This record gives sequence, C-alpha cells and structure tokens, in this order.
Amino acid sequence: MEKTIAAISTGMVPSGISIVRMSGPEAFDIADQVYHKKNMQPCDTGKKPLFHKMKSHTIHYGFISDGKNDIDEVLVSVMKAPHTFTGEDTIEINCHGGMLVAKKVMEILLKKGAKAAEPGEFTKRAFLNGRMDLSRAEAVIDVIDAKNEFALKASLSQLKGSVSEKVSKLRDEILDEMSFIEAALDDPEHYDLGGFGEELQEKIKPVQAEIKEMIRRADYGSVMAEGVKTVIAGKPNAGKSSLLNILAGYEKAIVTDVAGTTRDVLEVPVMLKNISLILMDTAGIRDTEDTVEKIGVDRAKEALDEADLILYVVDSTVGVDKEDQKVIRSLPESAKVIFVLNKTDLASGKDVNVDLKEYNGREENNVVCFSAKTREGLTELEDTITSLYNAEELTYNDQVVITNARQKALLFETEEALSMVITGIEDGMSEEFLVVDLMNAYTALGKIIGEEVGDDVVSRVFEKFCMGK
Amino acid sequence: MQIEERYDVVVVGAGHAGCEAGLACARLGCETIVFTVSADSIAMMPCNPNIGGSSKGHLVREIDALGGEMGKNIDKTFIQSKMLNSSKGPAVHSLRAQADKQWYSREMRKTMEHTEHLTIKQAEVSTLIVEEGVIKGVTTVSGARYLADAVILTTGVYLKSRCIYGDVSEYTGPNGLKAANYLSESLLACGIELRRYKTGTPARIDGTTIDYSKMQEQKGDCKIVPFSFETDPASIQKEQVSCWLTYTNEETHRIIRENLDRSPLYSGNIKGTGPRYCPSIEDKVVRFADKDRHQVFVEPEGLYTEEMYIDGMSSSLPEDVQDAMYHSVPGLENSKIVRNAYAIEYDCIDAQQLKSTLEFKKISGLYAAGQFNGSSGYEEAAAQGLIAGINAAKHVQGKDEIVLDRSEAYIGVLIDDLVTKENFEPYRMMTARAEYRLHLRQDNADQRLTPIGHRVGLISDERYERYLKYMENVESEIARVKSTFVGQTEEVQDFLRSYESTELKSGATLAELIRRPELSYEAIAAIDPGRPEGLSERVGEQVNIQIKYAGYIDRQMRQVEQFKKMEKRRIPEDFDYDLVPSLRLEARQKLKKIRPSSIGQASRISGVSPADVSVLLVWIKKEKAEKNDAE
Repeated sequence: MEKTIAAISTGMVPSGISIVRMSGPEAFDIADQVYHKKNMQPCDTGKKPLFHKMKSHTIHYGFISDGKNDIDEVLVSVMKAPHTFTGEDTIEINCHGGMLVAKKVMEILLKKGAKAAEPGEFTKRAFLNGRMDLSRAEAVIDVIDAKNEFALKASLSQLKGSVSEKVSKLRDEILDEMSFIEAALDDPEHYDLGGFGEELQEKIKPVQAEIKEMIRRADYGSVMAEGVKTVIAGKPNAGKSSLLNILAGYEKAIVTDVAGTTRDVLEVPVMLKNISLILMDTAGIRDTEDTVEKIGVDRAKEALDEADLILYVVDSTVGVDKEDQKVIRSLPESAKVIFVLNKTDLASGKDVNVDLKEYNGREENNVVCFSAKTREGLTELEDTITSLYNAEELTYNDQVVITNARQKALLFETEEALSMVITGIEDGMSEEFLVVDLMNAYTALGKIIGEEVGDDVVSRVFEKFCMGK
Repeated sequence: MQIEERYDVVVVGAGHAGCEAGLACARLGCETIVFTVSADSIAMMPCNPNIGGSSKGHLVREIDALGGEMGKNIDKTFIQSKMLNSSKGPAVHSLRAQADKQWYSREMRKTMEHTEHLTIKQAEVSTLIVEEGVIKGVTTVSGARYLADAVILTTGVYLKSRCIYGDVSEYTGPNGLKAANYLSESLLACGIELRRYKTGTPARIDGTTIDYSKMQEQKGDCKIVPFSFETDPASIQKEQVSCWLTYTNEETHRIIRENLDRSPLYSGNIKGTGPRYCPSIEDKVVRFADKDRHQVFVEPEGLYTEEMYIDGMSSSLPEDVQDAMYHSVPGLENSKIVRNAYAIEYDCIDAQQLKSTLEFKKISGLYAAGQFNGSSGYEEAAAQGLIAGINAAKHVQGKDEIVLDRSEAYIGVLIDDLVTKENFEPYRMMTARAEYRLHLRQDNADQRLTPIGHRVGLISDERYERYLKYMENVESEIARVKSTFVGQTEEVQDFLRSYESTELKSGATLAELIRRPELSYEAIAAIDPGRPEGLSERVGEQVNIQIKYAGYIDRQMRQVEQFKKMEKRRIPEDFDYDLVPSLRLEARQKLKKIRPSSIGQASRISGVSPADVSVLLVWIKKEKAEKNDAE
C-alpha cells in the first residue's frame, strides 16, 4: 500500500489562505481523525467516519482540532480517486493565512499517520498513476531534481553546526547500543546481555529527553509553532508596559507613572511580519518588601529563564545602574537579547550604550534607541527582531517550512520509537525486539541529517567487538 | 581420442555448495555431473567442526525447508547440539551442532551416490566452453569434454589457493589437497573478473596431550532439537561429547606481539583481503589491544579421532611462534600440535557480476555459488548452492527460476547482499543483516519456504501434505485460544497467583493470558481444559510465538508489505540508463554495473539516492507506457 503524504501546498505569503494537501489511500481516514463539523465538539473528532461518505469534489465547512482544542476554522475539499491530481484520494484543507496555522494543521496530519511529502512527490504520483501526459516525464524529473537540490540546500543551511552535530551524537549513541546487542546476539558465548535492559533504559532516557527538548526548542520549529517567547524586562518604570502596548497595538497592560504597577506576567501574542511573538510583560525587577510585588518579581525571573528573546528596557534618563547590571549579567545565555533604550526623546542613549557592551558579555550587542512617546525607533526595533529570526527567509521560502515540518515530524518519530524501546524494556521484551525500535529511532534521526542506515550496525559490530570464534 | 560426454548440468566442486547444487539438479531430473579434486573429500569441513550457530542455523533450516540436504545430514552425524540464545525471543534462537567431520562427509557422499541422475567424478576442470555468451560445457586437465546446458561454479577456496604460515607458503588447497590452478585463466578469458580473498584456520591438537582439568566443560543441551523439519526429535536424542573453554593470557599476547614482524599478514606476504570478523589471534591482539584475554574453545573434530580444533586461535604465524603461543594457554601447556594453523589465499569473484538467480550476467547458463562468490562459511555456501542448483535446473528445463527476497529468507538477504552491495571481505551471515528478523525465524522456515520448495519440485507431495496438516493445527489452535474465555474463578486466580501474574478483574481470552510476559501457551495448560489432545510440541511452540509476539510481528509484516511493493517494480533487463536524464554520475555508473532487477534492489545500491530512485521510477513508467502504446 502506498503511503499517504501531506504538504503545505501554498507559498507562505502573509495573510490570505493556506492550503494543506494530503493524498493517498488513508487520506480520508486521517482527515476523519482531525476534522469535526460545526455542531460537534473537538472531543467528537474521529468518532465516526465522515469523509468516505461525502461526495467527491465537494467542500465542507468545519474545524480542525487536536482532539482537545480547535486549531482553525477551515474549508475541506474532498476528492476521490481516480479523478484527482495525483489519482489518489485527496483532501485539501483551506486554513487561515500565515504559516503558523498551516504548520499546526500539517503537524497534526503527520501525527495521525501521514508522511511529509518528498519534494516533487505529488507530481511524481500524478505521473505514476497515469494522470499526466507521458511527454512530461522529463519535466517531472526536472521538478524532482530541482526541488531536491533546493531542499538539500535549504536543509543543509539550517543544519549547519549545532543541530546536526547533536543529531549525529545522539545517533551515534543509539548505534553503540544496537551494535552491542547485535554482537551479543551473534556471539552469546562471548558477550552477555544479562541485565542489559536496565542499563539500556538508563542510557536511552537521557537521549529521549534530549530529543524532547529538541522538539520543544527546535529553533525555527518552535519559533513557528509556538511563537518566540519574548520577555520584556527591565527595572520598574523603565517603560516596559508602554513598549508592550505599542507592539501589541492596544492597551493590554496598565500603564501608570507609579513604579511597580505590573505585578503579574502578561502574555500577548503578536505577529511581527509573520514572526509570531508571545510578548510577556513582567514586573520590574527590584528588591522589594511588598509581598504581592515580590511574587511578581519571582515570576518575572522564571519567565526570563524560559525566554527565547529578551527585550531589556533601560530608562535613558537614568542609565544603567547597579540593579540593571546585576540583572543583565544574570540573563540566561539561551536567550537572545535586545536592549531597548527608552525615553530617547528625553536623553541621548550614547553613554548607556557603552556601558551595556561591558555588562552584556555577548557576542552580539543589539541596542535600539527608542521612544515610547514619539514611537521613534519602532521600525528599527521591528527590523532587529525579524532579522534575528530570519523572517524574510521564513516568509517567502516555502521549502524551508516544509523541510522543517519534515524534520520536526522525524523528531517526533524518533521520540515515539524511543518510548517504545522503554515500554519494551518494561514489558521484559528481549533485546532483539528493542532493536526494532532503536533502529526506527536511528533511521528517523538519520533522515534529519540526510544519512542512510546501510550496513552501519554490522560495521560498528566488527569495529568495536571482537567477533567470531 | 578424447572423451566427450553430455550432461544437463556440470557442477565444478563438491564442497557444501557443490553438494546442494548437484543434489538439487539431479532431484529435479537433470543429468548432473559433480567434479571434485578428491572424491574422498566430498562435503569436507576444512575449518570449524560445526554446522549452524547464530543466523547460520537459520540458513540450515531454510535449506531444509526448501528441500536441501544439509539439515538432514547434520542430524545424522552430529555429536553435540546446542540451541543458542534460548533465553531470548524466538527470532534469535539459533541451533548449532558439533559434527563428526568424516561421518558428515561420508553420509553426504553416500546420499549423492544413491541419488538418481547424479554422477561424481574426480578430475580438475580446467576450462569453460563458452560460445557467444552461452555456456556449452567444460574441459578437464586431461582434455576430456563434458558438454552441458548449465555449469555451476562452486570452487570454494581451491582456485590458485596458497596456504601460508610464517615463511612457508605452499600452493595447495586446505589440508594439503590439490589446488585448482588452471580454471582461473579460463575465467579471465571469458571476461570474468577475479579478486583475491584470504581466510584462516587454527591448529589441531592431539586431545590426549590436553589437560582438560584447566578448562571449563561445555556440554550440549539436554533436549536435542533437530535441524530438519523431517527429523523426528525422539530419534536423535543421544549421548553427546563436550567442548572445552579456556582463555589466552598476557603471556600469549606477548609472544604474539613480539613476533608480529614474522607474520606474513604484517610483512605483506599475504595480499588477499581477510574478514574483520573471525580474525586471526594476531589480528585480535593488535586490534583489541585493551583486552587482556580472548576465549578459546577446544572442540572435537569427530568421534574417529582425538584431534581437537582450537577455536578462536587461527593464525599464520611461523611454526615456532605457534608452538609457543598455543603452549601458553592453560590446558595446552604440554600439548602436541597435529596440524599447524595457516592462512589460505584464493581466487574468487565479486558477486556483483551475478544476477539474483546466481547466473552470470554476461554468460547465459553459467552459475556460481559458495566461497567462490566471496562468502564464507559452510552454511552460506550450501544455501547458495541450493539456489544455484534449482535455477540451473530450471534454466535447462526452460522454466521460471526462483529468487527469494529479503523478506522471505536469510538466503534472500545473503544473495541480495552479495549481488547488490559492495563487499570487501569474505561475507558472513548475521541476524543483524536481516531487516525483517522477527519474521525470518528458524521456527517458521517451513512456513516461509516449504510451499516454494514444493512448487519448485524438491518437496514431495507427502511432505507437503504433512506440512499443510501441521499448519491447519496451528491455525485452528490459534483461533481457539483467541476465542476461549476464562472467568475470574478461584482456580484461575490461584493459577495466576502461582505465576505472580495479576489476577483477573474481568474475563479474558486465553490469548490475552499467553501475551503476559510471565505466562506462555505451555504454562496455561493448567487452566485450559479444552486443549485438544495429541498436538505436537511444535504446534504449541508456534501458537505461543504467534500469539505472544503478534504486536511486533504485525508491525514487521506491514514493513514487509511496503518492501514488497518496491521489489515488484521490475526494471527491464535491457534498460538503458544512459537515456535517463538527471541520474547522478555515481548512480548511473553503479546502476549500469549492477543492473538491478527491481526498483527495490536499485534503492539498496550504495550511491543511489532516493532522488535517483524517483527519477528511475518515472522513467520506467514512461518507457513501459510507450511500449504498450506501440503494441
């Protein structure tokens, strides 16, 4: 049976409608798992088959849900084989604009069993199923070729450095475990697997944890799926809430002249040129005796620890004082930081800038002069944020999005395989069963960095273990 | 006047591959002649004295399920038997038996002598007769001509073989047997490319000079399981002989290290490529320098002799170093070496020159099997011999040849690896090489292959009927345990408690209980009064496996389905890769060389990317459609 494939088939232009297309024998079954009609609840999703009963070439209004919450209000087109582009059962989900929603929908389809389409795969299927003129064979090959080249470049450019290094490292650890098991299964009189299950569990759990963390953090992935967690921080009354309100475009935080007004963490989702920010306004950080304010300060510190991006607001009229220095030095290294010198309508930020370089200690020193009152520097701030997250590339380069969805789906696959390993160990399965899932994890990780499995295990066994009597 | 005789099939060599090939051809009705350099050395075991072991045991079961001889022969002649990995899941249970080498050889010879249509001839084949890419027969050194429609090359390690230890190098086959020195030239003249591999064997030591009190005894299993599905287990329960375990030590390693410069391997005197597995002891000491000892198994060569095989210490070091090295091992201090260890170099081929049927791509009717194809091991050889034999017979009879795929048998994995992948050392089977290992078990080799063996003509109707009856029993018993419910009776709960198994909260089927790790089909007999009587132990074993591991097995079977689809997409034999646009250069070269028979096989060639495979798929579809249009 042919696998069912899915992809975001529209380019990622701002606003408008995005279409997620799915094709293959299980397209209707998978659609049943994610769609419900208006008069149903998200939890009803998947309870009864809908799409097989629908007429071909019809459009249906409803919702895509993850089983608990609705993700989007959608129109779904149903097209039955063989009268479709690919010649297979096809579903097209029209969702609201922006890549975020489309990506969410895509991710859900992948979770329910669809595979992310290879570059050019819809066209290839159309051709193989006789839906395309034979004279176009060469054109089809060109499409596959071009898209492959492009996808390769796109994925390579994203994978330079840390991600691919990490994937390789985790993969290597899995390979080591497999090769020990294989050595022992091949030569049981020499290598003993007694009690190895527990040992393996201890070794696999951290690998699994790292994969989970990668899924959560997956640089671009999490940026697009959840939004950049952006914490606005700074001393009381530096103008944090004003900045939030300007970025959010409406008054969400209460702005007063009394220092210490904001006592909880406010979260506001904001789209900035198709980068989704989750803006968090925090209580100004200072030592305080006020119990309520103290809670606010603690929460602010927690928020900082989880931030992807920190907008640190400094009052230019005051400059960087000791309290600022302390906070700046303790900002988490995992987050990117932009210093916003507020109130530049009242004072020049030049001297402050020099000080910041010293306390910051990061390679990049992003500083934007800004005035909440005159809104001067707002464009510069927006540009600085988007440039940090390569917004242009994300916006107009659909291949990057698709490769990323693929990669994230592969991480999910890896994680699932590793949990199966752990379940297997807990069920007391013998090691050759565990290898099945270890191998699945190894294969999925390999696909992320474009490595095939080949004879890796056998080679590693011969390399590391003294085999054969 | 020179002798000239006509046969359907000529088999060159009577080792484990040649015997299976010759028997298969003759049994399928072809007049067959098997050549050997020594009629006293048919099915000789020049190295280790055992058959089976991890993954190799699977091969023997598969050979048997298809109607081959190896399983039956070892069941007659074993002197110790052991099921390896018996504490693991069924997929890695592996049977291994110590053989009486001469007995094994004699029984095989007897079987061949009494097989209709089969002739044994002691003579060295020196040339192939090939006309316009078609095999016509062979000639021997005496000039005699043997014409045939198919020839199977199973020359093992005998082509231009050279045995080496220290400075001593002799142009002989193993055990001082005659080497075959002429055929290589003829093969080259036919356009067949040769390569040189090497392997080795340890010393044999006089058992009366060994002190076994310093070694650990290794006994056989109490309950002996036969290799052949046709052997009645009750008929082979017998007194077994022991093997012995001892270890090398620092002293052994010192002796080796100090004399490495005298090893022909390190001095460059040996040029052939040896295997990374099964390394010589000097190799182990160098490559695994951190290990302070290595296992040494001392195994009997047979009941006919006191000679013992020193497993784990193969070597090509000079005689005096061997002497010192073996004497440093506990139990061997005062032992006498009967035969020295040696390395052997030989001509063989890169099997990428063969189709999956084991026929040469360039020469119609010429087949090859065994160590000549770059494999190692008796079982690997026999498996290929059987397939080459079946296909040569089918070729002669103008019938469809068979190819087992990777999801059907280890034999399929073995041959596919040999003909598709780049191999740089003698190829040894391993269960890790099989993607569908949970399905390719030794217990179900008959389910996978006996119907094929019957179709081919090597499995008799009677045997096939017995097999069908057995399967019927398995299936009806599986259906029964799946539909039989047990309630929360006191008896059931007591039973579960006795196995430290969770008590029932509501009714459950017998199958659900079998799936519990602490229970099994056998165990729950006590609470299964409806169990039919007279079911064989094998039926029970099969029911247990199929119920207990259903989850994993089903998952694997879904992967098999996917795999099969790609195998079914055939690539025409005359397909012109130069016409396909966008194939990467490396892929194009490899595809042209290997000429895969299916898209599946193409995807396994290293250097052929998924994009190349996509491109191929599209292009083949186009060509096919155009052909249909033209017709």
